[in-house]
Amino acid sequence: MTLGRVVGCVWATMKSPALEAQRLMIVQPIRPDGSATGKQLICLDAVGVGAGEIIYYCGGKEASFPFRPAEVPTDRTIVAIVDEISSQGSVC
Amino acid sequence: MILARVVGTIVATRKDPRLEGSKLLIIKPVSPEGKDEAGYVISVDTVSAGNRELVIAVSGSSARMAEGCKDKPVDSAIVGIVDTVSLDEPLVSASTEANGTKAKSK
Repeated sequence: MTLGRVVGCVWATMKSPALEAQRLMIVQPIRPDGSATGKQLICLDAVGVGAGEIIYYCGGKEASFPFRPAEVPTDRTIVAIVDEISSQGSVC
Repeated sequence: MILARVVGTIVATRKDPRLEGSKLLIIKPVSPEGKDEAGYVISVDTVSAGNRELVIAVSGSSARMAEGCKDKPVDSAIVGIVDTVSLDEPLVSASTEANGTKAKSK
């Protein structure tokens, strides 16, 4: 699982029926200190995140597990909203 | 999932029997600002995407969960056609992008 920050969202009317009523968010992966790293990604939202929030997402086939028993075609899903990060003695 | 633009089609007569009837498109990954990124992917189209359209593609084993891809030898599937991409500041419209107009970045 990887830390990220929600930086935007994507709207799509024409989509796979299993994706209907799901929110697609643009996520910037971040380091524990909050700095950006790597490319921005699209993640499905399983927890109801808001703009600018720090989250972590899970990748791979496991990304569809939060929506079981429905088979949702997603390879990255936001599974939690981060309250606090403690890294090397400092709290971010 | 990645944002990508449809840039071409693939025709293959001799292929795995489970791929028969599948529409295969060449997609190029793009950033949320609309800039092209490196590489190309061949992806199965499940939403009837057209040329130059901005789409959402899912990769890996999750691609087999897309409509009509169950038990097919597929690792990338197009699962949505993008209307708009909203970043914290700029609003990129998929239709103006498709017409070849460059979206303004910040």
